Amino acid sequence: MVATRANSSSTARIPALGLRVLILIFLSILLMVLDHRQNHLQSVRKAIGIAVYPVQIVVDAPFRLWAWARESLTSRNELHLEVSRLQAERLLLSARLQRLTALEAENARLRNLLEARAIVRDEVRVAEIMAVDTNPYGHNLVIDVGERDGAYNGQAIVDADGVVGQITETGYLTSQAMFITHPSHALPVEVNRNGLRTIAKGTGAFDRLDLPFLPNNADVRAGDLLVTSGLGGAFPAGYPVAVITSVNRIPQEPFADVTATPSAAVDQVREVMLIFTGENPAAAPVRDDD
Amino acid sequence: MTNKEASKSLPVVVTIIAAVMLTIVPLPSWADSFRPDWIVLTLIFWAMMLPRTWSIGWAWIIGIFIDVAQGTLLGQHALALCFVIFITVRFHLLMRVFPMSQLTATVFALLAMYQFVLFWINGVAGFGAPTITYWGPVISGTLLWPIVFSFLSGLRFRLRSRA
Repeated sequence: MVATRANSSSTARIPALGLRVLILIFLSILLMVLDHRQNHLQSVRKAIGIAVYPVQIVVDAPFRLWAWARESLTSRNELHLEVSRLQAERLLLSARLQRLTALEAENARLRNLLEARAIVRDEVRVAEIMAVDTNPYGHNLVIDVGERDGAYNGQAIVDADGVVGQITETGYLTSQAMFITHPSHALPVEVNRNGLRTIAKGTGAFDRLDLPFLPNNADVRAGDLLVTSGLGGAFPAGYPVAVITSVNRIPQEPFADVTATPSAAVDQVREVMLIFTGENPAAAPVRDDD
Repeated sequence: MTNKEASKSLPVVVTIIAAVMLTIVPLPSWADSFRPDWIVLTLIFWAMMLPRTWSIGWAWIIGIFIDVAQGTLLGQHALALCFVIFITVRFHLLMRVFPMSQLTATVFALLAMYQFVLFWINGVAGFGAPTITYWGPVISGTLLWPIVFSFLSGLRFRLRSRA
């Protein structure tokens, strides 16, 4: 019936169009409710995700090709410069690392004295960002690491400078994740200088986080570094998150107006790292007293 | 017969896949808020020209694909696309005889409706965002419509005259 005349003529009316559109709208609403209220549709999403994967690969290919071409076409001189730069950097880092090893050993000894649990070293895995939500306030991203590689829900994502976000949904080959700047993302942090604990909320702007729960007399200044406190259970402790840019104390308000800029270049990264903590934090008991 | 049908729907499939690619290709953040809704533009054209084969059913399926690719609520883009394509198919005879200026104005209205449905669902689901950000794709899409239209109709007539 549909194929009778693909090119409809003047009097043609599409049969049962209204009925079909009603059924499809009803179906969409049903899907959205199921997707939003309960997570029943994970497997459906995963199945369709595998079908979408080739398209994402093809879209990603020119960027990979460009990166590859740039790498292989750089002149000898540039490579030479880069090697010497990297060597200098490595020297600096290994000098710092020496100090760190000593500190780590000392820390472990002290912790032993206190009979505290030894800190498990975090494993990392590099992932590449494949797509970013086109909705400018969406602040979601898709990475090329999925359940096959051991990614799990709530896993922390960092780049070289700080925390980028966390995984919200794992597929077989890819995963959905949320930037820390997503308007409904909140992250337990502490001020590195004095250990003051608070929550950093996303604002929907890539260069701004809000700290809405700091009282007017809290000891914070512009320039303070915020690091993850590890209290929420999702993020391991001690990773840099943001630097406070402004502290505005309003006398008649109970809380100060504090904003910070993420340390990670959230809107510029292509490669990120997934952190595998020793235990799966999703299975860890939730503590209410923090 | 089936071979002929396949060769007829090939350009549609290819242009829709190209539109999906343009939709998910990463852009710098300043350009991202003005990314046109390529899929809506492409589907409006094909629904206008071939409303019997490329109607709301396909729009819905493609919408589900976008939802999965972008990680939005499953059914959100499907609903918005389905709604816009329904209106296009309903008035396709009228839209075919519109002069370009009037057609572009109609496409503006359709794009605005599309963004409104997305905005509405986001609001109900609690992902509120400033209304102003939803206008970027509408404006860029409207500006690009004459180009998309002439490209797709050129493609269509070239393929048809060859067949």
